[in-house]
Amino acid sequence: MSFHPLMVYDSEHFQKSERGRLDEGTPFEFTPERRAILDDMLTKYPPDQKRSAVLGALYLVQEQEGYLTASGMRHVAGILEMTAAEVEDVATYYVMFFKERVGKYVFQVCRTLSCALGGAERVTEALSEKLGIKPGETDPSGLFTLLEFECLGACDRAPVVMVNNEHWHEKATPESCSKLVDDIKARGGAAVSGCHLKVEK
Amino acid sequence: MEPILTKYVGEPNSYTLDFFLQHQGYGGLKKALGMQPNEIIELVKASGLRGRGGAGFPTGLKFQFVDKKIEPRYIACNADESEPGTFKDHLLMERNPHLLFEGCLIGCWAIGARVAYIYIRGEFYHVQKVLEAELAKAYAKGYAGKNILGSGFDCDIVIHRGAGAYEAGEETALIESLEGKRAQPRIKPPFPAVAGLYNKPTAVNNVETLCNLPAIVTNGAEWFASLGPEKNGGPKLFCVSGHVKKPGVFEASMKTTLRELIFDRAGGIRDGHQLKAVIPGGSSVPILLPHELDIPASFDDVQKAGSMLGSAGIIVIDETTCMVWAARNLLHFYKHESCGKCTPCREGGDWLYKILTRIDNGEGEMRDIDLLVSVGNNIAGKTLCAFGDAAATPALTTVKHFRAEFEAHIREGRCTIPADWRASGTPVGAH
Repeated sequence: MSFHPLMVYDSEHFQKSERGRLDEGTPFEFTPERRAILDDMLTKYPPDQKRSAVLGALYLVQEQEGYLTASGMRHVAGILEMTAAEVEDVATYYVMFFKERVGKYVFQVCRTLSCALGGAERVTEALSEKLGIKPGETDPSGLFTLLEFECLGACDRAPVVMVNNEHWHEKATPESCSKLVDDIKARGGAAVSGCHLKVEK
Repeated sequence: MEPILTKYVGEPNSYTLDFFLQHQGYGGLKKALGMQPNEIIELVKASGLRGRGGAGFPTGLKFQFVDKKIEPRYIACNADESEPGTFKDHLLMERNPHLLFEGCLIGCWAIGARVAYIYIRGEFYHVQKVLEAELAKAYAKGYAGKNILGSGFDCDIVIHRGAGAYEAGEETALIESLEGKRAQPRIKPPFPAVAGLYNKPTAVNNVETLCNLPAIVTNGAEWFASLGPEKNGGPKLFCVSGHVKKPGVFEASMKTTLRELIFDRAGGIRDGHQLKAVIPGGSSVPILLPHELDIPASFDDVQKAGSMLGSAGIIVIDETTCMVWAARNLLHFYKHESCGKCTPCREGGDWLYKILTRIDNGEGEMRDIDLLVSVGNNIAGKTLCAFGDAAATPALTTVKHFRAEFEAHIREGRCTIPADWRASGTPVGAH
């Protein structure tokens, strides 16, 4: 039945949920090294609060698979004594978890005010042009993903591009980003390491 | 004022345990362990130390409110520095990590906690690596873990990585996130001091707040209070970013004026440009205009001027900036970061962003300006946590001070202040 003529609920007009299904991925189990890291993490929390390690466990899944798969999340749920729905609930909330396959190098350009005042829009534009993709896309080679990101907390080094959730490329310019892409193509992960600006007196 | 928290951050090895020990490191902890926990709480109360995370709540009172009858108790250190314009805790943790450990341990001793969780935002991974390496050294030398410095006091420090959520900086949301849930705020009361992490009494303190404890224990409450104006004692870290010549973190007394911070410490506005507006305490606070900057940068004085010191993230904006665009940029942030728990914030933030977007694109109508104010006022004060107020503020404060710019956009059907640092073509990733 319907309460409003424009909202008909019948077999043809039901309101479809927009919730997408997560990628199942390949059958998942932690490598022994990663399982050991997780077991060590669990010692940091009270024994009846295994759930506290869920963010750490999801990072490990992402490290192993490149993104979060449904089978990876179920595996985590089993270890942490959570339901799969609870793990998915957490995983879909936090922006540093990728819910679909991403490139080997993920550029996240900070777009919030201080970075924007420093020219972040031009940096995104330049990266977009250099990689031939729009923000939110992965290039056909599967090497690069370009994303816009909200405040990284490095406003004195604006604009900042974070690479793979870990490395910062500070005071970025269209030219420096173009060089960064070339460097990564030539030298791989060695081209991005940690945070480059040392504190100046 | 001689820097206290950041005195050595420019030294190449300032982050190492050896360097820290050569410069009176862990001296405050030694002294604190010889005192009664209650004495420390009284000392912190007398010092007038106020929380550096944004609200400016007296830290001593927070420690006192922690329910001492319930075991175990916890300290949750808020290192989820996410307020746009703020980057002080990053510097402290990267260059002076042992000061934070010392502060955590003194805090734990004061409230009788055996564990301090440092909740660090996921994006600070390189900082986390520094913290972990240095924490291992502190454990090895007996400055953390079992029987600290032979006192019989056991205390662990755990570094917990977040995963990208502004809301995790709210104290109850931080606790939820530590418990392995979505970072969404809880209804208060009960306050964390009574039922916080794992439903146990918890003190949630900002990094900079805890870093002040060693100096208070070492030098006394009177010394600390004398460093700033009344009720605003101690050293304070100010983050200046935006259109200034030398953006950075500056340690100063809260007697220092906002104008001195911007024009002396941060080198003033970039060449050939004039100051237009200042957001003095992170993106969530009302704007101050150029003629309002001759006030001490203290919690109370900035509040009297109609804004807030907040997290002391001072964003400086020059005349090339379109304020409609600036508000739209910040609302994009807030609509993205809203945790979705309270309807006014979840829906209202999106509304504000949509209205600002159509005005910015020159597609707005005059009545949109009042609609913006109306929606903003229906978010502020109507949510569980302060996020609602924070999200409404950029829209309300820009309309209040720069209404003419909104009207010009609508009248001329375009942005009237195109800046050379904006994207050159059509906006990329328009969303």
